[in-house]
Amino acid sequence: MLKPILLEKLVKKILFVGTAITVFILFFIIFYILKNGLAVIDMEFLLSSPKDLGRAGGIFPCIVGTIVLSLIAILIATPLGVGAAIYLTEYTRKGRLISIIRFFTECLSGIPSIIFGLFGFVLFVVYLGFGWSILSGGLTTAFMLLPTIIRTSEEAIKAVPDYYREVSLSLGGTKWQTIVKVVLPSALPGIATGIILGIARSIEETAVVIFTAGSVLHLPTSLFDSCRTMSVHFYILAREGISMENAYGTAAVLIITILLINMFAYWLMHRLIAKYS
Amino acid sequence: MKSRENLIQFGLLITALSTIVIHLLIALFIFQEGLPIILRVGINEFVCGTHWSPQQGQFGIFPMIVGTAWITAGAILVSLPLSLSCAIYLSEFSTPKVRGTIKPIIELLAGIPSVVYGFMGMVILFPMIRNHLGGAGPSILSASIILGIMILPTITSIAIDSLQAVPYSYREGSLSLGATRWQTIRMAILPAAKSGILSGIILGIGRAVGETMAVIMISGNSVIIPNSLFDPARTLTANIALEMNYAVGDHRQALFATGIVLFITIMILNIIANVLSRRGVEK
Repeated sequence: MLKPILLEKLVKKILFVGTAITVFILFFIIFYILKNGLAVIDMEFLLSSPKDLGRAGGIFPCIVGTIVLSLIAILIATPLGVGAAIYLTEYTRKGRLISIIRFFTECLSGIPSIIFGLFGFVLFVVYLGFGWSILSGGLTTAFMLLPTIIRTSEEAIKAVPDYYREVSLSLGGTKWQTIVKVVLPSALPGIATGIILGIARSIEETAVVIFTAGSVLHLPTSLFDSCRTMSVHFYILAREGISMENAYGTAAVLIITILLINMFAYWLMHRLIAKYS
Repeated sequence: MKSRENLIQFGLLITALSTIVIHLLIALFIFQEGLPIILRVGINEFVCGTHWSPQQGQFGIFPMIVGTAWITAGAILVSLPLSLSCAIYLSEFSTPKVRGTIKPIIELLAGIPSVVYGFMGMVILFPMIRNHLGGAGPSILSASIILGIMILPTITSIAIDSLQAVPYSYREGSLSLGATRWQTIRMAILPAAKSGILSGIILGIGRAVGETMAVIMISGNSVIIPNSLFDPARTLTANIALEMNYAVGDHRQALFATGIVLFITIMILNIIANVLSRRGVEK
């Protein structure tokens, strides 16, 4: 039997090693992808079209596809999500309906992307006849992002101190005026954080996109065109062994984008925390 | 003025209801597409049948259920030691500053696309398994390791939040009675944070069950009931994703029916996690 003090020291060491391993894994993945991928990336890789199924050439159509699909998803998910968050925080905080809405929001965030993919395929691609298109992909991804945006917006709105509202209401502002002119501007960095994390999420997504937007390797010219996002392109290059070199390059572009987006979101969130503490 | 305010409130209520509507629509479409084949084949035959050969009209998804269970269990075994050490160390032993730096770094792991994880499995794990343990590489073992890493941030982040939610007086009370920090953690803090941590683990299980692209890349995808860690396996999610783009008729319905099984599993896990986290908050 170890003495309690010794035991504590031992436990602390073990826990530290566990933490260190986790952090190491993250840095290893990022380092490994960048080490192998950075050499592939140049202006030509980013701005030219792929040739021979992606064995040569660049990933320009995939970058365009990824950006347009994310934009559609965000443009649809933001008004819905922020509206829901305003209702859940400013209009009613308790009650049966609210707990039901909360429950379904939680559940929606746990539903696997493949299920969203199946759903988007049946609803948008088949029933509504949008086909495999950026529009179908964007709409389905929007639904998937909704819980994230609701949750972060809710947190941001809740963090706005109550006296902001009281002052506005006491000056004769209506509830809606108070929300639009006082609450939302103060909560903006937090809401923006949620939106930015949503963008990151839609860039990472593969299963949803492959079922709803397809994987045609052309520069899309309309919302009803199929597109291949960077994640899907990377998946196809790697899994079918088309070109390891270009797979690494695409992965490096993906990782850098995600890293930058996450850092920006983190910085924004810190500004919000600094503001209220 | 008043009616305009009411109109706005009504509009916002509609947006708030959107998650319920979407959830119900998902359930409706998946069930509508998949239920007929389950009823025709028989629930028992579909869930417990061991033969999956759509061309011969045999739709048994038991091998995929076993595959999912093995890989998920493996992922939890890989993930728990690391995520719990992280959570306890960062919450109880580190300074707030270290916690403030490391926690977002771990959450960044969640931001790495799942296809990149799958790829890392292919280029790093496969050769390692092939050279040191034998076998081809794609296996339950490789899938468990990669999925275990993928669900690290989910479990760690929720566990840290639940540990931090334990009132400071618990720590002070225990320490003032002469307990060491580890005794305090083991006897006062962990029991108080138990429900929250459990709900994090269950959400992690849900993530592992639902993961698709990474699993396809590293689990081998053979429709067999696996006997060892080195056997390849196919999960429910992989079954859908691999065959969806060429499936028609009964075959397509059977894939949607696989989706129903997945959907119900995830719903049950969600409900358990929800109840647990609510119990944690009430405390």
